[in-house]
Amino acid sequence: MAGESTFVYLPYLMGGVVTTLQITALAMLLALPVSFLLALGRMSSFAPARWGAGFVIELFRGTSAVVQLFWAFYVLPFFGVELSPLAAGVLVLGLNEGSYFSEVVRASLKSIVAGQREAAVALHLPRFYTFRRIVLPQALPIMVPPFGNAAVLMLKFTALTSLVTIQELSFRAGLLRSNLGVSSDIYGVVLAIYFALAVGMASLVWLAERAVNRWAGREVIPWRELTSRRASPAPKWAFRR
Amino acid sequence: MGIVDRSEPMKATASQGRPIVRMRGVRKAFGPRVILEGLDLDVGAGEKVALIGPSGSGKTTILRLLIGLTEPDAGTIEIDGQYLWHSSRGGTLERADEAHARQVRRCVGMVFQQFNLFPHMTALQNVHEPMEQVLRLKRPEAKERARALLARVGLGEHVDKRPSQLSGGQQQRVAIARSLGLQPKLMLFDEVTSALDPELVGEVLGVLRELAHETDMTMLIVTHEIRFAADIADRVLVFDAGRVVEDGSPEIVLKDPSHPRTRQFLRAILER
Amino acid sequence: MRGALWDWAYAWSVMPDLMRGFALTVQLTLISAALALSLGFVWSVVRLAGVPLLSPLAWFAAEFFRGTPFLIQLYVVFYVLPNYGIAFSPDATGVLVLGVYGAARSVELYRAGLESLPQGQWEACLALNLPLSYVWRRAVIPQVAPVVLPMLGNLVIVMFKDSAVLSTITVLELVSRARDAGLASFRFLEPLTLAGLLYWAVSYAAARGVRRLEARGGHR
Ligand SMILES: Nc1ncnc2c1ncn2[C@@H]1O[C@H](COP(=O)(O)OP(=O)(O)O)[C@@H](O)[C@H]1O
Ligand SMILES: [Mg+2]
Repeated sequence: MAGESTFVYLPYLMGGVVTTLQITALAMLLALPVSFLLALGRMSSFAPARWGAGFVIELFRGTSAVVQLFWAFYVLPFFGVELSPLAAGVLVLGLNEGSYFSEVVRASLKSIVAGQREAAVALHLPRFYTFRRIVLPQALPIMVPPFGNAAVLMLKFTALTSLVTIQELSFRAGLLRSNLGVSSDIYGVVLAIYFALAVGMASLVWLAERAVNRWAGREVIPWRELTSRRASPAPKWAFRR
Repeated sequence: MGIVDRSEPMKATASQGRPIVRMRGVRKAFGPRVILEGLDLDVGAGEKVALIGPSGSGKTTILRLLIGLTEPDAGTIEIDGQYLWHSSRGGTLERADEAHARQVRRCVGMVFQQFNLFPHMTALQNVHEPMEQVLRLKRPEAKERARALLARVGLGEHVDKRPSQLSGGQQQRVAIARSLGLQPKLMLFDEVTSALDPELVGEVLGVLRELAHETDMTMLIVTHEIRFAADIADRVLVFDAGRVVEDGSPEIVLKDPSHPRTRQFLRAILER
Repeated sequence: MRGALWDWAYAWSVMPDLMRGFALTVQLTLISAALALSLGFVWSVVRLAGVPLLSPLAWFAAEFFRGTPFLIQLYVVFYVLPNYGIAFSPDATGVLVLGVYGAARSVELYRAGLESLPQGQWEACLALNLPLSYVWRRAVIPQVAPVVLPMLGNLVIVMFKDSAVLSTITVLELVSRARDAGLASFRFLEPLTLAGLLYWAVSYAAARGVRRLEARGGHR
């Protein structure tokens, strides 16, 4: 399949993997506070905060990530904002994911049932205490699984940053192909590497979920349940004919 | 609503002593559905009042109005001599803001049908943290008082358990302790035994009975437990379709109701 | 720099090109969506039917497509497959890969939809000895469709935005047109902003439509 040359350049490709993981981590690190800010903005009783958050969310969710990357790369310098490609990439991916994830944050915060908020009111608890001690500890564990999924998605998402010359995995493969005459089969190798990374990351996410659930005193997902996602939610007889 | 008596609704305003609750002309509607209309209700300080009536008649709504979880569309509510949603300046009433209501309703506590304990906190934390937040007690003192309260409702051994590790009856007793911790003058109990398995009802009613007999706290108790109501209440209000249809001592209201509909209702719940 | 930040005359001059790209974007999205929805349905049935070997295979294939970057999938079909004698035009490559990628993602949506049905519903059907066709037609689909249809609608919107990635394999859709216009004049602001606006307008309108679908499903 992939010729001998692929293996010669494997260390070079692996350097790209490191960059890919770095961008993933940085972008998620940015996405987290952004999503909270946007969610709280959307839920605010202060109208301009709602509009501002709504505008940012529309901007990043309504347009294509490729357009956003190109905009940051080609247009921002035109306004005198000179970002390194890495900074531009992380900024766009982080804000983009933050906009999507703000919906999860908002839904989790809202999912703290009315009864809990009413109990807090009936006990005359201060608003900030209610948020910090009642709402947040119950909402955070709900956000962990989707956050893990978002991190795995982000890993794939970073491939797009090769379009703005960030030397991550995809970019390096392209460079090998176009400048060094390595067979284009190398993309098959790259595809396999991404899949392996995604599987590894999904496993880490699962471990993290377990840890958080333990900490929050919630039931720990047994291994069985994770694999049961592979099983059908419909009973066997439903497809018998 | 079937056959409803068309005569003037009874005014539940005759009561002894200084009133701690005074509702006048209260109206509450959800969209087009009018739940309460022109409701007048007085509760005297220290009174133990049982509020009974068919499901959907607006009992929970009254309690929620009294603790400020919902605002009335019209009318006034006074708690311990202060208007909840108004302030009176030189004889005229003005709308007051949320901050004012927060301060007025401080002396009211409420226990919910579904307990609404904080599931991520232990029984002790559920009780002592609100005491710190609201009464501004130091942690050691709040904890000590919380332990004493939990012991008083019979949960001395369970202080470090989370709600999920407790039975429904135990959870509801924690919820009662949690409200008591804030030293309310008026306690509202909303069908506190309705979500419990039958064998757990007794332990919660026992706590209520003790509170009724041994404290001078005002208690407004919504319940379907007629015998319990007859036992502890100074006064029973029967509520139907948003109005008070019976008001009097348990002996009179429960044994000799003046409305056929009340008789029907009482028979229905006694036959459960 | 003459003229203010935004040059209307230039913006106007790139519009025809952009609109041509936009038309292609819409066209490719619609064809891919048709492929994704039909293939996705069959794929889901195989995945959920619990057939030995076939169902686990369908599960793994869906996970593989969902777990790898769309961009690299495109590259593999566009650059690698021709080495083995399988070659498509750029547009066909784009439609094929976007369609299969969308189908793989829809498999998860069908599963989630079916999962939203309480097990008690199946048990009741079994207990009543209802015929299988009736179970699906009158019990399962009416309850699952209001959950799945909005999710499928959102998937198509996501595919519409993802189609921008086709610009990397020389498909002359909206983003390539915008970038080419920018490269030709070294002014990227107008074409890229207009492209963004076009994406936004379509996905905003479509998202509103999906939300209406959702609201209707909620009342049932
Ligand atoms: N937030 C609300 N929105 C709409 N309708 C409500 C709301 N709260 C209560 N209701 C309606 O008001 C009526 C009275 O409710 P409630 O006070 O809970 O009755 P009760 O406690 O006597 O059973 C019910 O018909 C209920 O459906
Ligand atoms: Mg009620």
